[in-house]
Amino acid sequence: MKKVGNHSSISRIYLLSLAFLLVFSLPVFAQDAAAPKDAAAMPAATGGGDAAKGKELFNANCAACHNLDKKMTGPALRGVAEKYDKAWIYKWVNNSSALIKSGDAKAVKVFEENNKVVMTAFPQLTTADIDNILAYTSEPAPKAEVAPAGAVAGAGAEKSEGVSNDVILGVLVLVMGVLITMLYLVYNMLSRIALSKGLELTATDRSIQSVCQAFVKNQFLVLVSVIMLMLISAYFVYGYLMQIGVDQDYEPVQPIHYSHRIHAGSNGIDCKYCHSAARVSKNAGIPSLNVCMNCHKNIAEVADTTATPEHSKAFYDGEIQKLYDAVGWDRTLQKYTGKTQPVKWVRIHNLPDFAYFNHSQHVTVAGVECQKCHGPVQTYEVMKQFAPLTMGWCVNCHRETNVKVEGNGYYEKIHKELSKKYGVDKLTAAQMGGLECGKCHY
Amino acid sequence: MSSNKKYWKSVEELNENNSIVEALRNNEFVEEIPTDEFLGDKDTLSSSSTTRRDFLKYVGFTTAAATLAACEGPVHKSIPYVVQPEQVIPGVADYYATTMFDGFDFANILVRTREGRPIRIENNTLEGAKFSANARVIASVLSLYDNMRLKFPKIGNESAQWNDVNQKIQQSLADAKAKGKQVVVLTNTLASPSTEKLIAEFVAKNPTAKHVVYDSVSESAALDAFESVYGERALLDYDFSKAGTIVSVGADFLGDWQGGGYNSSYAKGRIPQTGQMSKHIQFESNMTLTGAAADKRVPISVYAQKQALVKIFNIITNSSIPTGKIDNEAEVVKAANQLKDSKNKGLLVCGIQDKNAQLLVFAINQVLTSEAFMAAGVRYTRKGSDAKVAELVKDMNAGNVHTLIMSGVNPLYTLSNAKAFETGLSKVTTSVAFTQKFDETAEKVTIAAATPHYLESWNDYVLTKGTYSIAQPTIRPLFNTKQFQDCLLVWNGSPLTYYDYIKANASSYLNGTSWNKAVHDGLVVTSDSVLASGTADYSGAATQLAQSANAKNFELLLYTKTGMGDGQQANNPWLQEFPDPITRVSWDNYVTVSKADAEKLKLENTIADNGGLDGSYVNISVNGVKLENVPVIVQPGQAKGTLGLALGYGRKASMKEEMQVGVNAYSVYFNASSLQDATIEKASGKHEFACVQSQKTLMGRGDILKETTLADYNKKDAKEWNPQPMVSLDHKEVEATTVDLWESFDRTTGHHFNLSIDLNACTGCGACVIACHAENNVPVVGKTEVRRSRDMHWLRIDRYYSSEDTFAADVEKKENFDGLDLTGFLAGNEDTKGSLGGFRQLEHPADNPQVSFQPVMCQHCNHAPCETVCPVAATSHGRQGQNHMAYNRCVGTRYCANNCPYKVRRFNWFLYNNNDEFDFHMNDDLGRMVINPDVNVRSRGVMEKCSMCIQMTQATILKAKREGRPVNADEFQTACSSACSTGAMVFGDVNNKDSQITKVVADKRAYHLLEHVGTKPNVVYQVKVRNS
Repeated sequence: MKKVGNHSSISRIYLLSLAFLLVFSLPVFAQDAAAPKDAAAMPAATGGGDAAKGKELFNANCAACHNLDKKMTGPALRGVAEKYDKAWIYKWVNNSSALIKSGDAKAVKVFEENNKVVMTAFPQLTTADIDNILAYTSEPAPKAEVAPAGAVAGAGAEKSEGVSNDVILGVLVLVMGVLITMLYLVYNMLSRIALSKGLELTATDRSIQSVCQAFVKNQFLVLVSVIMLMLISAYFVYGYLMQIGVDQDYEPVQPIHYSHRIHAGSNGIDCKYCHSAARVSKNAGIPSLNVCMNCHKNIAEVADTTATPEHSKAFYDGEIQKLYDAVGWDRTLQKYTGKTQPVKWVRIHNLPDFAYFNHSQHVTVAGVECQKCHGPVQTYEVMKQFAPLTMGWCVNCHRETNVKVEGNGYYEKIHKELSKKYGVDKLTAAQMGGLECGKCHY
Repeated sequence: MSSNKKYWKSVEELNENNSIVEALRNNEFVEEIPTDEFLGDKDTLSSSSTTRRDFLKYVGFTTAAATLAACEGPVHKSIPYVVQPEQVIPGVADYYATTMFDGFDFANILVRTREGRPIRIENNTLEGAKFSANARVIASVLSLYDNMRLKFPKIGNESAQWNDVNQKIQQSLADAKAKGKQVVVLTNTLASPSTEKLIAEFVAKNPTAKHVVYDSVSESAALDAFESVYGERALLDYDFSKAGTIVSVGADFLGDWQGGGYNSSYAKGRIPQTGQMSKHIQFESNMTLTGAAADKRVPISVYAQKQALVKIFNIITNSSIPTGKIDNEAEVVKAANQLKDSKNKGLLVCGIQDKNAQLLVFAINQVLTSEAFMAAGVRYTRKGSDAKVAELVKDMNAGNVHTLIMSGVNPLYTLSNAKAFETGLSKVTTSVAFTQKFDETAEKVTIAAATPHYLESWNDYVLTKGTYSIAQPTIRPLFNTKQFQDCLLVWNGSPLTYYDYIKANASSYLNGTSWNKAVHDGLVVTSDSVLASGTADYSGAATQLAQSANAKNFELLLYTKTGMGDGQQANNPWLQEFPDPITRVSWDNYVTVSKADAEKLKLENTIADNGGLDGSYVNISVNGVKLENVPVIVQPGQAKGTLGLALGYGRKASMKEEMQVGVNAYSVYFNASSLQDATIEKASGKHEFACVQSQKTLMGRGDILKETTLADYNKKDAKEWNPQPMVSLDHKEVEATTVDLWESFDRTTGHHFNLSIDLNACTGCGACVIACHAENNVPVVGKTEVRRSRDMHWLRIDRYYSSEDTFAADVEKKENFDGLDLTGFLAGNEDTKGSLGGFRQLEHPADNPQVSFQPVMCQHCNHAPCETVCPVAATSHGRQGQNHMAYNRCVGTRYCANNCPYKVRRFNWFLYNNNDEFDFHMNDDLGRMVINPDVNVRSRGVMEKCSMCIQMTQATILKAKREGRPVNADEFQTACSSACSTGAMVFGDVNNKDSQITKVVADKRAYHLLEHVGTKPNVVYQVKVRNS
């Protein structure tokens, strides 16, 4: 289901012009007005702040608890400059609790409206800084309807891509047709020439029966074809049997569409931040939901740029909502409800019970990159099994990989002795005993 | 989208009166399907081309096709925590120190948990943690996952809420108070200062209340004696390591005598490293572990033991109390003189359940100023009073008891006068049983309150004077249970939880240690306990003891088995399948009879065609109570005129059917005395035992189990008492170890694991067997399968008897055979010197044989015979010395088992998990929680065996690698070596020169099992030395 795509289309132009119309026909600073982003470049009327600097400051200091348009821990801040007078805002930002204690009615009201969560004091922010932030918060909200417009365009783009394939196919078919016609014409020509030269085409017996009889008579041919047939079928049977239980590229649909591309790729989160058990445990571990909430308590929706042609922003936001449902997080109240629903992920890497694999040995001791076995996970939209996870695959790697001995006191003695014994500088895992049955099967 | 449109199927339906419409409405088909016509037509059916066989073929083909098409793996779900507990990392084991005490067993333990499930009990090795886990304690982790546990409180057999339970009890208490009637709290020994304080507060609140302590297996005699001398109800905690000469009169101190737990201190004095070891003389009637370990064992009846004790008293204290005559007078005098000579190095212990006898123990040891006695601690692990229990039963029957609250006791099973207790119970207005099982007592009370297992509970204990132990939960309660103490707090009107209560109460015991450290360590040593002085009328006691009457018929001595104890864990399949160390019988109790008595009564043990052991039945009558069809084991070493019968069996309530085995010996446990006067008569029929080793001897094969005397050990060259087997090479006799078919690999690189087993220190306690069971997911196969020799124990403890008085005499006899002596053999000549008749004689154990234990597991031969015969290379050798077994590769030819000289390989004849035919713990989700996730659960058709706990050695190596350091000396452990409390099993890396194993392997006592076979095992045994 592709939703978002290419941006140039008639509908988009139409919508954009409609938006322009709306912008000029409505009061400029109305909260709910749908305004194009370009319009935001206009200097805000709140007086003198630099919105670009303000954005920087906002992201550094405020974004943990505030969003422009959504209530998070703190209230939505767009247009806050209109609601309160500046002097009051300076006081509030520099030390809100003092303001509340002083009994300021507005301050107490804000405090109570937000679950009595005390806002961190920011005495380091100067009035100029606050002005900048206010300028940023006073920017009009960006146009929201862009995505669906894009979706229509996307459908078009997909279609056009399909046409190009069809064209190639059509050309090929045409070429084929021409060839066949030419062949037919040549055959006719030759027949006519033969006829004209008085050559008689002897009608050889071409029935299938006679071909078969000839084939059967030629015992050598029979033998060779039987052997060939057997070898070919053996090849395919073997191939079929060997892939039983091998689930390479297994890519099941998961209860939550979790994208490693966004997390490990775009955001560059270290694998072991979430799969922390991989360092010390046999299991890498699927992160518990509280680990997700470390970030997602504040990231309730994805950035517009995260959306792809396949998956819209709305889709991703919906997936984050699934996490909230599972962990029991109420977004509006910014509270845990206590109603949890553990996520039933579909397990992808299923080693059989009789094979013992320990992540910490490979990750911590050997320093193997996660990608070595799990593939370029940071590019995966949906997680899949990269390696075949067969014993041959394990053993090959053990044969080829040198043991990482540097700085590990455990290996000092044994490496010296063994490398002398084998006459090599560097020992492979196999030479260290990594191919013994009992190392993995117990 | 709902719609009210009506859709017509045909135009006919428009006509309401149409008969077809009516018929369609009622039947799916307008016309009857002519099934009768089809099936009734026999002719067509019989002439049909599809015969029954064809049909089956079709079914077969379609099934096969469907199977092929279904070659896709199942979908597995992975469900992570919503909020992961900080200390839990999936795949990493957590350890919690705690204390186990169930009124019978006690131990300072370490619980290994995985993903929040306790899976193994290990020993707490911190300073001061002196009680290691025995077989039952190690197995108790499985009792946690017992599906037959009481899962919620019940009022009158209906499930109830805790609020109602507490309300009802509180009402009853108020009622009792108003009526001025008795409230009785009947508990097992608590040894818990907090619980005792709580009960004291309860008694203070309810003036009519009293607390009665009841031990199912009584130690009243010893407690009474201690109380009269030292003014406190407790038992002595001897230190056997300080004793040079130990004389034991009927005390099975390596078993459950006064709670047991003496293995390690005893074993310390038994290892002759410095050329010295303690001398141990045992007088006993039943053959016990202690008797088996003794240097000199004298089988005499309990009556004779009493006389012997007085005789020893006479000699030690220079008294002359008149005594009765006994057969083994000379042995007694010799032992007494040896004891006297060793002065303060001597120790006398006694297991006779008679207050006078127990007083004489104090008298003798005080005169000797025995160090083991004078330095002894005081243990509070038994406090029961039989007199008070008897009084309670009387009160109940008199209708004086209004409310009876029981905790941790099951009197309707463990009381001999259970009938009287039951009628008394019906006269009690409110009876409450706090219990883990819906047991015999819980079935008959008004309120059955479900209590948690000790691994789910908080508690504190003072097991010995000067120590304070804490029990902490290692898992959340699995069921809707509440601790007895939490309810007591509710009744006392306290808002605290028991945890808060202990914490508040603990400060006076912690001795400055922080609470967190105490919980972390599991115990705090607060002070050294010094035994106060005390005295009593010892000669009076001796006179009374000497006058005690002999049994008119047979002396029946009731005892507890190593595997079953007092029977609390009777529903534990590990313990049921655990073979008794002496008789090697599992899944049963039985009466042990001496050979002479058996011949007189025509009782016999025979071997059936399938190799199983059969035994006669007897009926036993005591005081008019008859135990019918008790199977018989003819026990070598049983004193003439005595019988032995184990308590703890014959339970029925809340037990799986397979485990309702044996007879209930508690029904003849009159006056809570282990000694009863019994008559027996032979009954018809044969009992089928599940016995893993018949009552046979070592047949003089001294190279399997080597024994020597301390004198020889000290004086003679090791080659004489630990000879290398010789083989012929090029017609010359050479040592077997110098000859080999194969080139040896260089094993000096990396780790090389060896396991040493000291036969001197091994008491046969079986802790290793159960630890191995738990660690390696060894399945339980059940009684019938054990009988077919299909037991799966990876580690067995062989028990050998001697045919002559000692093993050495056996060897000598064998060496001195003079030809075949066919005539003597055919004539059945008893005195034949020939080998034909001689070997037949050697088969039979002596009346008082020497006994030795030998733990045998896979020997991990460097030149393993099993590895060379496997057609699929499923078993191979690792560089670290372990013999690997790749289960997934095994096709089950069993060649390896046939080629193994040690018979340690076990074949999975069936699928033992998820199989209703084997309804033990692996057949239900709860029981499977005990499975160790690091070890594979084997399937049907594969061979399995001891892996030398490769999962543990690998984990140790990985830990060192992660920390970037070499493995420390003695860091490697196996399940058996870590469970061994006596230090008999030592495991480690022989390439590490600092480790203990390197030293013991090089010891002059070291030898390999069946050395002449040339297998070069990695398991080493240490020659047993007896101080005779």
